[in-house]
Amino acid sequence: MKQIIYILIGFFFGIVMYKSEAASWFRIYEMFQFQSFHMYGIIGTALAFGIVFVQVLKHYKIKSIDGNPIVILPKEKSFSRYMIGGIIFGLGWALAGACPGPIFVLVGAGYLPIVIVLASATVGTFLYGIIKDKLPH
Amino acid sequence: MELIFQPWPWYISGFLIACIMLVLLLMGKKFGMSSNLRTFCVACGAGKASSFFEVDWKSDKWNLLVVIGAMLGGFVASHYLSNGEMPAISEATKVSLANINIASENGYLPQELFSISALSDIKTILILIVGGLLIGFGARYAGGCTSGHAISGLSNLQLPSLIAVIGFFIGGLFMVHVLFPLIF
Repeated sequence: MKQIIYILIGFFFGIVMYKSEAASWFRIYEMFQFQSFHMYGIIGTALAFGIVFVQVLKHYKIKSIDGNPIVILPKEKSFSRYMIGGIIFGLGWALAGACPGPIFVLVGAGYLPIVIVLASATVGTFLYGIIKDKLPH
Repeated sequence: MELIFQPWPWYISGFLIACIMLVLLLMGKKFGMSSNLRTFCVACGAGKASSFFEVDWKSDKWNLLVVIGAMLGGFVASHYLSNGEMPAISEATKVSLANINIASENGYLPQELFSISALSDIKTILILIVGGLLIGFGARYAGGCTSGHAISGLSNLQLPSLIAVIGFFIGGLFMVHVLFPLIF
């Protein structure tokens, strides 16, 4: 039963990503050109509601459906890993015009070349795992 | 019905994305797409190569189901809920696109990069490979991508996520404004 819920959440996410055009290379390009409010509107609205939702969950100590408290683990403190990793990710995000969520959505939409992006993103993740101990964190 | 076939406005889309994050939190999980790439590596036996991949991937199976759903959603949205038109980007963006030789009469994605015929050009394949490598490497280095940092992390007012998102934009702006004229 739970499995079906996860597939439905993903299904809904896929439709929202595609229909909002957040999965379009053109919208990402336009965002980095500061030539439209569209993408900033999507991220800003998601964030505004997201902050409210998280505050409500915390304030009322709402539990998840399995009865455990909802805890969002704070990320470890660092500057370099988030800044350097973030810049590397941003370079790829702009070049491929898609971040990981939309990559999955576009594979489903049937764009064969995006499979190359997905495969190399997996390889990129693997390379990080191999050399991570040599990187500043 | 007509409303569904048109592109969805940003305020509806943004609200729905926040709802997806909320439902995942209520399910006792968290919203993060790039961690699936690590799970792919783990499932393929990468644990032999690095301790970073020595985790039990079965506990992340739920997120793979989300991925399967996202692919199904992409299929349904593109085939049955839209007309495949190019997003209504601004006129200024069309001028910028012309400068890097990308047509303004296009589909949902630029034909110059995402059509089958574009794959006959080795440069296209290199762009897609390099783009993917940077995304996968950078997301894990930064500990998350757009969903994990820009939506989940910032919603929880986490400083690391703010640093990461600033990094995303430094990288993206550098790519589009400095490197694109050299690449395209």
